Amino acid sequence: MIKDFVKGLWRENPVFVQVLGMCPTLAVTTKCVFGLSMGLATTFVIVSSVVVISTIRKLVPEQVRIPMFTVIIATFVTAADYFLKANFFEISKALGPYIPLIVVNCVILGRAEAFASKHGVARSFLDAFGMGIGFTCALVVLGAVREVLGAGTVFGYPVMWEGFTNWIVMVMPAGAFITLGLLVGVFNIVDKRVKSK
Amino acid sequence: MPGDNIKKIFENTIVKVIVALAIVGAVSGATLVFVYNYAMPKILVNIARETEKGIKNIFPEAAEINDSEIKGLYDIADDTGKIVGYAFLAEGNGYQGTIKLISGIDANATQLKGMEVLESQETPGLGAEITTKKFKSQFINLSITHPIEYLKNRKPEKDYQIEAITGATISSRAVVNILNKRVEEIRKELKK
Repeated sequence: MIKDFVKGLWRENPVFVQVLGMCPTLAVTTKCVFGLSMGLATTFVIVSSVVVISTIRKLVPEQVRIPMFTVIIATFVTAADYFLKANFFEISKALGPYIPLIVVNCVILGRAEAFASKHGVARSFLDAFGMGIGFTCALVVLGAVREVLGAGTVFGYPVMWEGFTNWIVMVMPAGAFITLGLLVGVFNIVDKRVKSK
Repeated sequence: MPGDNIKKIFENTIVKVIVALAIVGAVSGATLVFVYNYAMPKILVNIARETEKGIKNIFPEAAEINDSEIKGLYDIADDTGKIVGYAFLAEGNGYQGTIKLISGIDANATQLKGMEVLESQETPGLGAEITTKKFKSQFINLSITHPIEYLKNRKPEKDYQIEAITGATISSRAVVNILNKRVEEIRKELKK
């Protein structure tokens, strides 16, 4: 059962291996804190939806399972959106439309369809939690690289030497693609080294 | 047997589908009512606090902020109760997405008292410079008897001109246009 959790972190990482959920991955990772917030919000949505879906999976008529899953996911997304607006107003403003857009994050519907609709609550929970944490880690790493090079800070704290020129391209959309490409490459190299040992 | 009939109805796929969707929809709706009731008052407080903070930046002497008789305006009074100006929200299209501003004019509607950016998605490092003090301070005591103009790479000569941000003319122009449009509306309203 522990395997269900661990696979989302590395072997089946939603961002670096499955390359799913690219819209938030590319759009909000201009800063660490945005990546972290988006990752945690997504983790909340994926875990809650998957628990509900795996609980009711035997009652769901097959013909309408996708609309039903979508309604369940959308409910949790709306709840997360309101929660952020009420308690983390600045972050919610910065993430803008990308929080409501978690609804269409294919990592979530993917786990609901591929795992939760076929497995019990406990295993589905671990699977979703692993995927959520894997997604969050990927977004934070991406955000860290872009924030260090693009703004010279990590979580808002300056880390670069005085006189460092910010690489504006890193906080622009192009920087997202460049960083993601390089990180997927590094990920594959490390993965191969680990496997060959 | 009537029981068989009922059983048959529930074996019918269409009925099953409708019942399942209706239940999910109802439960989801009910859940969101609770979430809404919990979050909405807090969200309104957050928005009000943000507006107030913006107004305080523009009118440091503001002691009282009240909704004006004119819709969309706030009356700003100092601690003696005298109206020192009016604050207003304005929004329009920027280079990317909407720019939301809060700004204020003096009681005679001849000068802008300042401008604060509440929301924008301008390019970091270029258009996002509209939120810097250097750009914003140009709007303090700017004359509005003439529409605001922006100059490229030149220092302003007249009291209704500002200098656009190098490399972000579109964002600078957006701010100027948003303000001009709203100021004109407000001046008309105030003259009535």
